[in-house]
Amino acid sequence: MAVEIQKVKSFIARYKNEKKALISILQDIQAEYNYLPQETLRAVAECLNIPLIDIIGVATFYRTFSLKPRGKHLITVCSGTACHVRGGLKILNEFEKKLNIKAGETTKDRQFTLETVACLGCCAIGPVVVADNNYHAQTSIRAVDSILKKYRKRKK
Amino acid sequence: MRIADESGLKELKNSVLQERDSLRPCITICGGTGCHGYACEKVIAAVENEIERQNLKDKVSMRVTGCHGFCERGPIVVIYPEKVFYQRVAVDDVPEIISQTIINSKIIERLLYTDPNTGVKPVHEDDVPFYNRQKRIIFGNNGKIEPTNISDYIALDGYGALCKALFHMTPDQIIEEVNKSKLRGRGGAGFSTSKKWAITRASKKGMKFIICNCDEGDPGAYMDRSLMEGNPHLVLEGMIIGAYAIGAHEGYIYIRNEYPLAVRNVGIAIKQAEELGLLGKNILNSGFNFTITVHKAAGAFVCGEETALISSIEGKLDGPRPRPPFPAQKGLWGKPTNINNVETLANVPLIIERGADWYSKIGTEKSKGTKIFSLVGKVNNTGLVEVPMGMTLREVVFDIGGGIPKGKNFKAVQTGGPSGGCIPESLIDLPVDFERLTEVGSMMGSGGMIVMDENTCMVDVAKYFLGFLDDESCGKCVPCREGIEKMREILTNICKGEGEEGDIELLEEIALTVKETSLCGLGQTASNPVLTTIKYFRDEYEEHIRNKRCPAGVCLDLISYSIDAEKCNGCGACVRPCPTQAITGEKKKLHSLDQEKCIKCGACFETCKFDSIIIK
Repeated sequence: MAVEIQKVKSFIARYKNEKKALISILQDIQAEYNYLPQETLRAVAECLNIPLIDIIGVATFYRTFSLKPRGKHLITVCSGTACHVRGGLKILNEFEKKLNIKAGETTKDRQFTLETVACLGCCAIGPVVVADNNYHAQTSIRAVDSILKKYRKRKK
Repeated sequence: MRIADESGLKELKNSVLQERDSLRPCITICGGTGCHGYACEKVIAAVENEIERQNLKDKVSMRVTGCHGFCERGPIVVIYPEKVFYQRVAVDDVPEIISQTIINSKIIERLLYTDPNTGVKPVHEDDVPFYNRQKRIIFGNNGKIEPTNISDYIALDGYGALCKALFHMTPDQIIEEVNKSKLRGRGGAGFSTSKKWAITRASKKGMKFIICNCDEGDPGAYMDRSLMEGNPHLVLEGMIIGAYAIGAHEGYIYIRNEYPLAVRNVGIAIKQAEELGLLGKNILNSGFNFTITVHKAAGAFVCGEETALISSIEGKLDGPRPRPPFPAQKGLWGKPTNINNVETLANVPLIIERGADWYSKIGTEKSKGTKIFSLVGKVNNTGLVEVPMGMTLREVVFDIGGGIPKGKNFKAVQTGGPSGGCIPESLIDLPVDFERLTEVGSMMGSGGMIVMDENTCMVDVAKYFLGFLDDESCGKCVPCREGIEKMREILTNICKGEGEEGDIELLEEIALTVKETSLCGLGQTASNPVLTTIKYFRDEYEEHIRNKRCPAGVCLDLISYSIDAEKCNGCGACVRPCPTQAITGEKKKLHSLDQEKCIKCGACFETCKFDSIIIK
């Protein structure tokens, strides 16, 4: 998706160009582009009159933000304690193997991005995997393939 | 339509009740995040369609409720007025539920919950062992109301406590009532709520703020999400009462980005409350103004710490700062600010409505009321449980939780998240309250209770928490930043079989230094997982270091998989899931496992129904 600086400026205008809204503005940009394109951050720095380095600081401090473009489908494996003791790490390893990427990376064909999250707050149904906002409960190593198949076919 | 005053609220409640026939069947379906994991949205659509198709709109109502707590058995359907409890409901079950249970009052046996220990199948929700030993004074209404419908909340006397507070009590009386109730913060530290309120009230510097902390970062705990998602008005009501008591006119709800449904539901709730005049300018014409803004967090564990949370709302990246000054004196934008956890605020309306005398009868001497725990991990009945303070771990894990699955042995229960510790079997009769948990080296934290069995490696658990904390440490102070990383390194080596004599002592030394010299709660408590696992499971550490063995069969570098020649019947089920074709064998004959090819993924172990895969 091409970045339209005018659009980014309209996001910033929603918050009346207030510095305190930085995190919310970055969230809006990420919702639009799925990551934080470099030129948008420069625009934010200019409009809010905040040094770019501070914006990069915020963007890299919080887990939500990504400075790299993400894949069409986002697979999030929960690595919360409850999921961990039920074998969540094995599920993650299986995704890494099947997609041939590490957590935090995107496949070359830009189909999948694999991420982990500290806890999704549905610990009772772990190990949990979220694929494009759909929750998968009590997943197993065997479920990995079928989850991937489902999304490979699906056009977003 | 604004409600004019106290009697206006009563009139609204009565008119809602009059419109409703309490005897009319109502199908409630849990719409919490847990049940969404089991695709409850499909069941919801199926019920809607079926009611339409059978033309029953005038005879049956339906309601999509908040989380019931028994997430593991979702999707959960409860049919009122009898409270028939169905679990694991699928789309195909829906026509039968309507034609049998609704129309013919017949129970569908296969949808009932079966007690794994007794085989009994209770029909009604209140008879399910998971529920009947709980005391659900805070959480109980979740299953009765549709979170996006304020009328449901008002029908259950919602906002009655607010009326009482605004029209019949002074702010000081409210604080005194909360003081008498001995309510303590449910977010972790257990600080007295009334004291916090009183300090903020006493700071007479004009503008003040109240913040509701829903940055539930402890992995393994999710009661705040379920409350915010399932009964948002309860939290709002508590927050408005708190604001009135301390004299704040602006409030923020700081909520995790990972909780999209909670963000949505509380947003809707705020709008509805504003429309009715329960929030905003001149609430119920009392002259009191209060507005709430939702602030979506961006994913940083340290922001659950109050000073870091405040700087995050300000859009800054300052991280935690030394206290004093406390937020109650100098908080958001430099103004006095009171921060309470979601569950704490949810207790407030109840205390105001039913009184401190009633409330303080529940619980132990210093820990009053109930606490919601997320009982998860290796336990049969997993989910959210609300119990009076002082209930023993045994009652929670075995009576409510139904014990350990697959007949395995209980090993430990981890409480308090990454700041907490692991409590061994020898302390299973410990009454759970703030003091007792701290005494044994753990803490209440936000209420995570992760049950571990014989197949959980305690060194791995310590390594897991340190990995989490290493990622989440903001890096501001040296002991936390460097100490956690070093401890993580040592633990990783031990798990790899590269541990050395003296490692345990070194871990203890670093742990104590980090504990004593870190700036904020994250670092001060980061050593607890290490210290408690060493204290109670030292032998497991020693086994890893001296004999290069992982007794629980978890640490990959120390284990190997093999096939039990006596148990394997050659069914072949394990062959296909093996990603490296390490298992071979003819049908109905003993299979063999090639150690060279095996990557120890555990796929065969998961598949085998005859326990013939051995982990050593």
